[in-house]
Amino acid sequence: MSDEGQRLPVTTDQDVVRVRQAVRTFSVAVKLSLVDQTKLVTAASELARNTLVYGGGGEVVVTRVQNERRAGIKIVFADEGPGIVDLTLALTDGYTTGGGLGLGLSGARRLVDEFEIDTEPGKGTTITITKWCR
Amino acid sequence: MPLSSDEASRFADLLKEHAESLTARWVELAGASLRGRLSSAELRRQLDDLRKGFEQAMRSGSAHLTDEGSAELRAQLAEISGHRARQGFSATETAVSIFALKDAVLEALGNGDDAGTLRDYVAFSAFVDRAALFTFDSYVQVRESLIADQAEQLLELSTPVVKLWDGVVAVPLVGTLDSARAQVVMERLLQTLVDTGSPYAIIDITGVPAVDTQVAQHVLKTVVAARLMGADCIISGIRPQIAQTIVALGIEFGDIATKASLADALRYVLNKTNRSLNTKRTER
Ligand SMILES: Nc1ncnc2c1ncn2[C@@H]1O[C@H](COP(=O)(O)OP(=O)(O)O)[C@@H](O)[C@H]1O
Ligand SMILES: [Mg+2]
Repeated sequence: MSDEGQRLPVTTDQDVVRVRQAVRTFSVAVKLSLVDQTKLVTAASELARNTLVYGGGGEVVVTRVQNERRAGIKIVFADEGPGIVDLTLALTDGYTTGGGLGLGLSGARRLVDEFEIDTEPGKGTTITITKWCR
Repeated sequence: MPLSSDEASRFADLLKEHAESLTARWVELAGASLRGRLSSAELRRQLDDLRKGFEQAMRSGSAHLTDEGSAELRAQLAEISGHRARQGFSATETAVSIFALKDAVLEALGNGDDAGTLRDYVAFSAFVDRAALFTFDSYVQVRESLIADQAEQLLELSTPVVKLWDGVVAVPLVGTLDSARAQVVMERLLQTLVDTGSPYAIIDITGVPAVDTQVAQHVLKTVVAARLMGADCIISGIRPQIAQTIVALGIEFGDIATKASLADALRYVLNKTNRSLNTKRTER
């Protein structure tokens, strides 16, 4: 079961800030702990920035989700950029093609409960993350 | 329908012959919508200049506002628009006072209601419309640059570098640290280090809601730059949730000293400086 999500475009730096703010609002609403809020907001910041920088812009959808036991937040980051050719490499700590710290993808994966990448060279990248209330 | 050169010159004559009454009427019409926020003497001066501008454009046979002969008029329109933008008038108010010229001209044309006059008037009217829209565009441009200026000032304001103690400067980071702000922070911190000759800098991140890899990278770069200038940096204000997130992300601050609060950081620095004073004393 899920509520209707919030859709946010990601085409500017300011949009990345908006994504963080939306994720913060959702996190407070489902009563994530302060640590989990911070982790999710930070993961969202990393992935939204990748959508902007490497994906050439795209879209983020934030949704409140619910299973039998817990509430949570699901966030989808989608772009139609170049895709990721070597996923293992991209997920390696310290690997970057853009002069970053190379910890965005791998770090974001450690910050959430569920992490899924769907990417195809030339087609784009969609990353779905979920964080559940404890 | 553009103005023919014939029509244009007839309007130039009209604008000249009826100069006084036209300007007077225009001031009256435009003044009504500006509701006395501009002195009527100033409005008269502006509009009479503009009337001359229109006259000149017509005299040179300008069919379009974009023509060479209208260059002077365009400059005048841009200037008025910029003026009004700074005085806080809306773009519409500015455009409306240009539109008012049409009414003033229509009245000056009087009862010459034959088809020729009508066609002339429609063409002239379209020219004035363009002029009004032009002020609209330049108004928006001026407002945008005003806003950009203010944003820049705000940026400077929101990154104060303070001298905390003799030999210790501090920069409290607040809000989101995007690349533009990070650049400003770094420059100001380095400049303050030079100005004060301080050997210590405290970067306080209490006010940063989320430390992602971009923020971390900016902070790390600033620390390295400060080191090159001989200053030691301490990062303070690392709250528990931030600390856990940084660890999970895999960010390493290496040998950079980090403290929970600004007070802790200051205590740490003072301890270090005391100790070095003490060692110097015992060496003697
Ligand atoms: N949405 C994306 N589209 C294409 N490539 C991506 C995308 N996200 C990440 N990458 C690739 O994965 C690499 C690692 O990303 P990340 O871990 O966030 O590090 P960084 O952003 O510091 O480069 C990037 O340098 C880039 O080559
Ligand atoms: Mg990244």
